[in-house]
Amino acid sequence: MGFIEQLINGLNLGSIYALMALGYTMVYGIAKMLNFAHGDIIMVGAYTLSLVMTNLGMPPIIAILASVVVCSLLGVTIEKIAYKPLRSASPLTVLITAIGVSYFLQSVALLIFGSNKRKVESAITMSGIKIGALELTGESVVTLGVTILIMVGLTLFIKKTKLGKAMLAVSEDKGAAQLMGINVNQTISITFAIGSALAAVAGVLFVSSYGFVGPYTGSLPGIKAFVAAVLGGIGSIPGAMLGGIILGIIESLSKAYISTNLSDAIVFSVLIIVLLVKPSGLLGKVRMDKV
Amino acid sequence: MALLEVNNLTIVFGGLHAVDDFSLKIEKGQLYGLIGPNGAGKTTCFNMLTGVYKPTGGRIILDGEEITGKSTIEINKKGIARTFQNIRLFHNMTVLDNVKIGLNNQKKYSVAEGIFRLPRYFKAEKEMDEKAISLLSVFDLDKEKDILASNLPYGKQRKLEIARALATNPKLLLLDEPAAGMNPNETAELMKTIRFVRDKFNMTILLIEHDMKLVSGICEEITVLNFGKELTHGETSKVLNNPEVIKAYLGE
Amino acid sequence: MKKLLNRKNIISILMAILVYVLITCLVSSGILSRHYQSLLVPVGINIILAVSLNLTVGFLGELTLGHAGFMSVGAYAGCIFSIYSNLPVYIELPLSLIIGGLVAALFGVIIGIPALRLKGDYLAIVTLAFGEIIRSVFTNLEITGGAGGLKGIDKTSNYTIVYIIAIITIIVISNLVRSRHGRAICAIRDNIIAAESVGINVVYHKLLAFVIAAFFAGVAGVLYGQNLGILKPSTFDFNKSIEILVIVVLGGMGSIAGSIISAVIITLLPEVLRGLADYRMLIYAVVLIAMMILNSSPKFAEFKQEVVHKLKGNKVGEGKEEGDGSIRG
Repeated sequence: MGFIEQLINGLNLGSIYALMALGYTMVYGIAKMLNFAHGDIIMVGAYTLSLVMTNLGMPPIIAILASVVVCSLLGVTIEKIAYKPLRSASPLTVLITAIGVSYFLQSVALLIFGSNKRKVESAITMSGIKIGALELTGESVVTLGVTILIMVGLTLFIKKTKLGKAMLAVSEDKGAAQLMGINVNQTISITFAIGSALAAVAGVLFVSSYGFVGPYTGSLPGIKAFVAAVLGGIGSIPGAMLGGIILGIIESLSKAYISTNLSDAIVFSVLIIVLLVKPSGLLGKVRMDKV
Repeated sequence: MALLEVNNLTIVFGGLHAVDDFSLKIEKGQLYGLIGPNGAGKTTCFNMLTGVYKPTGGRIILDGEEITGKSTIEINKKGIARTFQNIRLFHNMTVLDNVKIGLNNQKKYSVAEGIFRLPRYFKAEKEMDEKAISLLSVFDLDKEKDILASNLPYGKQRKLEIARALATNPKLLLLDEPAAGMNPNETAELMKTIRFVRDKFNMTILLIEHDMKLVSGICEEITVLNFGKELTHGETSKVLNNPEVIKAYLGE
Repeated sequence: MKKLLNRKNIISILMAILVYVLITCLVSSGILSRHYQSLLVPVGINIILAVSLNLTVGFLGELTLGHAGFMSVGAYAGCIFSIYSNLPVYIELPLSLIIGGLVAALFGVIIGIPALRLKGDYLAIVTLAFGEIIRSVFTNLEITGGAGGLKGIDKTSNYTIVYIIAIITIIVISNLVRSRHGRAICAIRDNIIAAESVGINVVYHKLLAFVIAAFFAGVAGVLYGQNLGILKPSTFDFNKSIEILVIVVLGGMGSIAGSIISAVIITLLPEVLRGLADYRMLIYAVVLIAMMILNSSPKFAEFKQEVVHKLKGNKVGEGKEEGDGSIRG
């Protein structure tokens, strides 16, 4: 494969990371917590897709919708049960809980589906297209298209709608937002719902490109998506997109030109280097603690 | 020579001059007050004096030595200790340990001496205990030395914070609203304690306070801040009767 | 010397000896089955890992997810040394333990200096990243035996050695915690701004806790390798770090006695409840979540205080050093 193809591969993968990173960033911005279980929501989305398509024999579009609905509900439920009681707890407590939730989802999947990976048919029925010498798979085209669409939509949603503005307000100052009549709990729930819906979409695109799902499918991509969010500057929506794309390209190129086995190590090294040089990420804001 | 000399201290937060051209001179052993309406920049001044914020401009000189822009830790070692407006104790540690943390840089032993319980460990710990208890007894806290700091009543937490600050053996003590949340009786007692601390340790004290009774009762001189700028300074009774100051507090 | 031999210390020493004698009797009399004998070393190793992780998570209040990473670095360093050196066992074993510990500590410094400038969540993710990097590097190196593992390690460690090292670890960490450095570490956890304001060098003390924890993780790694005779990179994955974290959280963050008890329970539980093996991860997950939520609930805190109060009322003297073993968040 030539360099351009590798780049397209990277964009493809990066788009998926970006979608996932968006969820991390939104939740982090609003709930000030690292939702460690975000990656595992992707796994749930992928399993739902596969079950609805293969076992129920539904058309892909229904399966995609089902997986979005299931993931949103799951996200909101997790928030209600596990995170809401911890609003005033220390960050350490919240982080450990989130790790617990991630573990919980993985082990439930393991109990239901077993440790063998399950083959998933692609939900994308579009055939590939050719631009000159360049050949793009249907999955690539749809992934890129959907990602761009979602990003534009999300930006508009946050900037233009009342709900989006409420989210911004809550992320700035929960107490003040509450005093201004914003329902903070509801806003947080909606954020989790949107973040999880994005994770579902990412999950669908991910398995459509890779063809398999297992209990740990979401774990590594989840961590990488978090790396992407941090890279772009956590809390920043354009940052998550940028971070995701950059990370995807780095991963693809290092797989192609350095070593497949070491590509993860390279991705994580990038994280460490970025945090050293610019702890607030590429597009992140520096926050000051009030004394 | 003044113990603390602050010249033209300025800090800008995103275009806003939170404190502008602030100057101050405190003599050794003085009890000095810093007053002003909410948001005038008093705590910001404290944060610059203690290195929590780096000033955009100006100089801070402590006992003839420039400390502008140094880190909080270095500044504490040079001799400035403080309390906080919103009490910041080590709440999961005992009252005694809170004070012993303040003594950490004075009675030293190495990590290995601590781990292997070498003689210096016992000697230093014993000295620390004695020093800490004597400090606690100044604030009438010695009986509560073994309870967790978070279980102290509010007024005593404020006192413990002062004891902890004193444990670092400072030249200058900064108190950020020491009487906040206290009832008149507690405040009266606190005034006595502050005076006692000044006399016993020959301490120089700069305090921020809204309680004018406390300010006029113990401060010899005050500076009034308004909108980040000095309104006036001088002898307490004169400044408090200054019509400009009254206007700043009560509005037009 | 007199100060060291106070009543409490003598009782602790006697306890340690008694437990050892008891284990030895159980082993030699054959009451303890071969299978359970084989669990003695893992229990000891998990105690070392949990007590050392408690230093960073419980006392310093920083979450690190790379404890298995430090363990593996130490394990490979110490075991490679013991493979290539031809020294008598009584020199080789302590030397390899020290080398494993020091190499892990060195990595602790390398990772710690940059990572400890970062706040909570970032530190967690950087240490996690470190663990993953180490694992994929070890999978690709020749000297470590790659994915197939490092084979032919002298099986020199046994439960006596692990027991001694575990006791040393407990003594070192609990003495550290009850020294001026330990107080500084706890002060940073409780209020970092206040700690700075009284002149506590935050970076130094964070690094100190981090490096000492890494050192003992490394030592535990060497013991692990020398007990099994083989090291595989996949052993030291993220799940291993989580398992140690579960032990610490269950035992109570900031409670050394809690970590010890919890290490014993968590290591033996899957063996005792064989049928539940499939549910092990699920149980871990539920334990983590439930402990966190319970400890953040004011009602539970009240209840716990009542219980502690009652227990203390009935008990005369002899309070445990860590107090009530309560979780401090």
